[in-house]
Amino acid sequence: MEFFIQQIVAGLTNGAIYACVALGLVMIYVSTDHINFAQGEMAMFATFLAWAMIDAGVPYWVAFGLTIMVAFFGGLFIQRVILKPLENAPVLALVVCFIALLSIFNAIAGMIWSFTIKQFPSPFPSRDLFGNGLVSAQQLGVVAVTLVMLGLLTVFFRYTTLGLAMRAAAQNASSARLMGVRVSWMLALGWGLASGIGAIAGMLVAPIVFLDPNMMAGILVYGFAGALVGGIANPLGAVAGGFIVGVLENLVGSYIIGNELKLSFALVMVIGVLLLKPAGLFGRVIVRRV
Amino acid sequence: MAAMARSWATKPHIGLWAIGFWLVLAALPLIGFVTESPSFEYYLFMGQSMLIYAIAVLGLNLLIGFNGQISLGHSAFFAVGAYAAAILMVHASVPYWLAIPLAGIVCFGAGFLFGFPALKLEGHYLALATFTLAIAVPQLLKHKSIAGWTGGVGGVLLDKPDPPAFLPLSVDQFLYYVCLIVAMALFWIVYNLLRGRSGRAMMAIRDHAMAAGTMGIDTALYKTMTFGVSAAITGMAGALSAITVAYVAPDSFTLQLSISFLVGLVVGGIASLPGCLIGGAFIVLVQNSSQSISDWMKDAFSLRYDVPAWAIYGTLLLLLMFFLPNGLAGGITAIRGLFSRATQKT
Repeated sequence: MEFFIQQIVAGLTNGAIYACVALGLVMIYVSTDHINFAQGEMAMFATFLAWAMIDAGVPYWVAFGLTIMVAFFGGLFIQRVILKPLENAPVLALVVCFIALLSIFNAIAGMIWSFTIKQFPSPFPSRDLFGNGLVSAQQLGVVAVTLVMLGLLTVFFRYTTLGLAMRAAAQNASSARLMGVRVSWMLALGWGLASGIGAIAGMLVAPIVFLDPNMMAGILVYGFAGALVGGIANPLGAVAGGFIVGVLENLVGSYIIGNELKLSFALVMVIGVLLLKPAGLFGRVIVRRV
Repeated sequence: MAAMARSWATKPHIGLWAIGFWLVLAALPLIGFVTESPSFEYYLFMGQSMLIYAIAVLGLNLLIGFNGQISLGHSAFFAVGAYAAAILMVHASVPYWLAIPLAGIVCFGAGFLFGFPALKLEGHYLALATFTLAIAVPQLLKHKSIAGWTGGVGGVLLDKPDPPAFLPLSVDQFLYYVCLIVAMALFWIVYNLLRGRSGRAMMAIRDHAMAAGTMGIDTALYKTMTFGVSAAITGMAGALSAITVAYVAPDSFTLQLSISFLVGLVVGGIASLPGCLIGGAFIVLVQNSSQSISDWMKDAFSLRYDVPAWAIYGTLLLLLMFFLPNGLAGGITAIRGLFSRATQKT
């Protein structure tokens, strides 16, 4: 029983990180219909920036905030410079661009910081919280950071004019444009937010999996799975999906198939959801007029 | 993508050029009889790799360029082909010339099966599913339940086949010809496939699936078959790579391999058959000269760091998508078009 609860808690911790990645993906998907394959590598790059700052003596939370800011403006910049000219390009061109970004970020991170594994500090102590070996402060901290971020995002989207404008641009671009919303900039803002959220995911996961340029490849796949399970067009669904995938992955890994096949489980989940319930658990089915 | 349909594949007067080109490729290893250069064997190995990558890109191009299904998971089929050939040759002592088509058949099956779920997926979603496949494959290959066959993390070692006694060729010259013959056969098959009814059906599905369906084309059948044929071609490239390298290991079939196929495809030209050869040669050239390119860039821009090959690939992909979306072959066609227009005017 104790082992079972430990696995659930560990699953929720991983799930929080997958939820962040999934949320970043959804953020871009709802506004542009693109699936950002470079999401993981952008997060990895931001995490390296944080590592460099902390290594240079900047306090953890200052580096944390600065990294999110840099990632936000970096995402904004990428959308403005690379993706805006391709707004009406065919899908293949966009996929190629995302793959190009993925390669560039991965290669540059390796070039500057090398491919050796680095230890990333965690702001939370790893000690046991309640003295019964079930929940550590580190795990609680990861989930708490995710929940705080979710709360802030909800407030932003629900109670601010800018959030409303972003939702309008994503839902019906031409009507929003008629109402005076600068739709193109809203998309850029979405990219910035996605990049910032990705940076948080990277900084949360780095103490667990250690920092190296390839650390996000697997996590991104789980993020995809989470986003798809919850419904890739539904932010709250994606968060729920991330947690579901985290818990399932840990339970299936420790009880049924063993740790070596965890990634294949993610593959099965991705294909299974796409085939059986493409809209995800909480998504709406999209009917397309031809 | 409709513009890409105007490719070389459908132009009749290319035939003589193609025959001449393949003859030149066939004559290259004969330089070995006159040269004393110790690096010649290495150039031959590069030539083999270029042909192998060209075949792999051909498989991918059939799927992406001519059928409009995006795959980022062709490293998986390359891996299946390589492992199938290696296992057949080591455990069943199948000769190499039989192992290559058998690997192709195995990959056809794998691709056909993956084509079924792919039927329901379009564009980004198919890219996503195949992306996941590419990431999961190395882990699957290492799994202990099949380690008896695949050798687990260690992979499989095999022997390079000896050239037949009546041919006065070295092993590398012989393997080059094996790659060349397979490449010629596959390019010829694909060329004919595309000129016929099936090719037109595939391109119709790419341009407008629903319209193709109302014209009476069985879109589901053609899409799964194309997936299977594409996987079979890339799988045979994998089998050739297993034979020429004499070693297969799970960690050489990563997402990076899929990306390099994509680079070859985009550089050479989407929906262009000669482009596949350009792309294959390009991949190997950049991989082999990345150190010197990096040194040159360090000098030219006084950089502090080495420039990795993947950064070059990525930047090139972006630039091509912006300035030359039809690749080098498309660029050559455009220049030829300019010339012929200029001559017509005079």
